[in-house]
Amino acid sequence: MLTDQAIWDAVGEVADPEVPVLTIADLGVLRGVRREGDQVVVTITPTYSGCPAMDLIRHEVELTLQALHVDGRVETVLSPAWTTDWMSEEGKAKLTEYGIAPPTGTRAVGGPVSVSLTIRCPLCGSPDTTELSRFGSTSCKSLWRCNSCREPFDHFKDL
Amino acid sequence: MNDLFTYTLRLGDDALIAAQRTAEWIAAAPQLEEDVALGNIGLDQLGQARSLLQYAGQLEGAGRSEDDLAYFRDEREFTNVQLVELPNGDFAATMARLLYFATYQHLLYEELRGCADETLAGVAGKAVKEVAYHVDHATQWVLRLGDGTEESHRRMQAGLDAMWPYTAELFASDDLVRRLDVAVDPSTLEEEWLRRVTQVIEESTCSMPTSSYQHSGGRQGRHSEHLGYLLAELQHIARSHPGAQW
Repeated sequence: MLTDQAIWDAVGEVADPEVPVLTIADLGVLRGVRREGDQVVVTITPTYSGCPAMDLIRHEVELTLQALHVDGRVETVLSPAWTTDWMSEEGKAKLTEYGIAPPTGTRAVGGPVSVSLTIRCPLCGSPDTTELSRFGSTSCKSLWRCNSCREPFDHFKDL
Repeated sequence: MNDLFTYTLRLGDDALIAAQRTAEWIAAAPQLEEDVALGNIGLDQLGQARSLLQYAGQLEGAGRSEDDLAYFRDEREFTNVQLVELPNGDFAATMARLLYFATYQHLLYEELRGCADETLAGVAGKAVKEVAYHVDHATQWVLRLGDGTEESHRRMQAGLDAMWPYTAELFASDDLVRRLDVAVDPSTLEEEWLRRVTQVIEESTCSMPTSSYQHSGGRQGRHSEHLGYLLAELQHIARSHPGAQW
């Protein structure tokens, strides 16, 4: 019989359909693997309430379980709420390499004042960048431009 | 009647109708980035609505799903506040509404995430972080338009004034919220809401709206004439093809 860790490792390889360079383990979307009797229960949590990728992720996890011949189901939980703090260091490195600036650990909003942050350009490394829009091509990203190399880029924003 | 069901339905209806109105801006906003921003904000609101309506369906125990609640109820069965059902108006009016509504939702969800109901607390804990971005977005636009040109200032002021008579309903208390332990009595949020909204409006160089007339009735299913048209668009495919899957 497969161990819970082996199941975690296998389903953790499911890629995020919107940022395919990241796995659900890198993202922190995979929350747990446990057993209820003979059944394996995999829990996942959405990055944003309306994240449209969740249905596909759930389906891919189910397919992975089937391929392992594991009798299991997938549960979605909202609490504790997902945060970019759960993203692995490996995930952040992969994001940079892919051309997306990773989260910095400082939230731009939600505190008493809205703060401006410097995000380093993932392409040329320059800190001289400008936020074009706090909302980007997916819920989890904002849109930036580098003033040095002039390239636009996405930033995986802190939540 | 199941109080927790009714309460959850109110929160879900607010989020659902707000999402539908916000989504109307997609491909019609003044710039591409704004299409994307409002698309994202609408998606957050829709996500919150889905979680809330799904939970409401479970609480009711009559086998209704989130889709049944969204697509197969009539106007008088919706319990959202009238603020969210109003037509978008121009872009400034939409930003005025987002400032009013998101600031309210932020205060509400902050309280609700500590409530004794695990599911509602979970939804609120998730939503509060998303809504912080909505407040920030609305604030930036109110400041920019209010403190912009003569024309943008005039239209920002008009938007703030037009939406204002629908804000008192957000804070109306009733027997249900006082009776139900987990509910946040919205009247307790009003003072802090007013402080935050006033700060933004003053900084934007606009004036606080002065209208004293306030609409009410949404929580009891009494709506403006606009909700029926909105629901017709939202529901017609699901009602023309009941049970269809896509």
